Amino acid sequence: MIRVVLPAHLRTLAHVDGEVKLDVEGQATQRVVLDALEARYPMLRGTIRDHATQQRRAFVRFFACEQDLSHELPDAPLPDAVATGAEPLLVVGAMAGG
Amino acid sequence: MTGVRVLVGTRKGAFVLTADGKRDRWDISGPHFAGWEIYHLNGSPADPSRLYASQSSSWFGQLIQRSNDGGRTWEPVGNQFQYDGVPGTHLWYDGTPHPWEFARVWHLAPSLTDPDTVYAGVEDAALFRSIDGGQEWLELPGLRDHGSAPSWQPGAGGMCLHTIILDPTDPGRIFAAISAAGVFRTDDAGKTWRPINRGLRSAGIPDADAEVGHCVHRLAMHPSRPGVLFMQKHWDVMRSDDAGESWQEVSGDLPTDFGFTIDVHAHEPDTIYVVPIKSDSEHYPPDGKLRVYRSRTGGNEWEALTNGLPQRDCYVNVLRDAMAVDSLDSCGVYFGTTGGQVYASADAGDTWAPIVRDLPPVLSVEVQTLS
Repeated sequence: MIRVVLPAHLRTLAHVDGEVKLDVEGQATQRVVLDALEARYPMLRGTIRDHATQQRRAFVRFFACEQDLSHELPDAPLPDAVATGAEPLLVVGAMAGG
Repeated sequence: MTGVRVLVGTRKGAFVLTADGKRDRWDISGPHFAGWEIYHLNGSPADPSRLYASQSSSWFGQLIQRSNDGGRTWEPVGNQFQYDGVPGTHLWYDGTPHPWEFARVWHLAPSLTDPDTVYAGVEDAALFRSIDGGQEWLELPGLRDHGSAPSWQPGAGGMCLHTIILDPTDPGRIFAAISAAGVFRTDDAGKTWRPINRGLRSAGIPDADAEVGHCVHRLAMHPSRPGVLFMQKHWDVMRSDDAGESWQEVSGDLPTDFGFTIDVHAHEPDTIYVVPIKSDSEHYPPDGKLRVYRSRTGGNEWEALTNGLPQRDCYVNVLRDAMAVDSLDSCGVYFGTTGGQVYASADAGDTWAPIVRDLPPVLSVEVQTLS
């Protein structure tokens, strides 16, 4: 079971409170987790990563276990603590004013 | 019972303002999509309960929301705006080639006859259409395939397709305006387009009367007379009597002919409204006085409408998509400001009163006349 924490705007969009819990098959990677997230919440498609290129949107970051995973490859394994559900994967809107 | 529904897009959400035909007591609903930029909301002329909204943010991109109950509830629909083929380049501000990149939807124009068909004007400039209620969006690539497209440049707000006018008498004819390329027209439902900018003169480009490159801010048409178009250009208020084949300046005695928005009275095709703005850089009303100017002669002769509008210390702007008219017997005129006010006049502009004063900066105003 993977735990994902979405930023407030995306929780509102997806109508979820708190963390999202996802069951994924095989090795947990950013791609696998985001595929599962978008499958359950189709309205999130295009908001975290580009529809066509599947690249992370520029102002979105991925943090976990006090590490910035934003620049890891999409198919790189997530930390064991994320894969086991001990720690959440944080999807974060980059800090800025406005 | 007749009434009006005013659809307001702001920097931080959408608001729906409703009133009966007297238009003196208002119900305010919102913010919808709080915290998101709502560039535009618009209702279907064929089904007033069907609304579309463009919701976007720099963080999370573009969403399109749809309502089937006049804005009480909403559901996200399709948000994939993929340019057709390899998009190529246009020119950047410095004149160098720049890749075509989707940024946001500026303007939504529902079909006049089919609630499920809606057009979207986007930045970087292109025209998209959905025929399934917003689920799937396909580009009408003929516009961006025009030979002049590699030379198009953005206006200060981005290279946006901000105006879409569907000809009520000719289903094949669509007008589209792009900052800062100019006006384009199709007569074959979007397959092919040609620029219609003859008569425009713009001092800020190398060739002042070039075929393309003009910073057109807004077009307006009266549905009973689709061959007559009015334009607020960056500078100059213009008029065409031949569906854009040629343009004549009608700025006349305006205090400044810069502005963003322009609209036409619902029942008087030669009565038009603009909001003169001081520029090039200030972008607020001259002398701190918020004045709508009305011409009852299709331009050239203008009168200031000030009753109920602030006449001192007012430094707001009125953006291109932020004025609309209703079609009740006494035509209502509405506009929103970057200061968050939405003003309404139930007597064609003679007197004004704010519906709301303290919204986020207003990006767009549309009105639905309900029966």
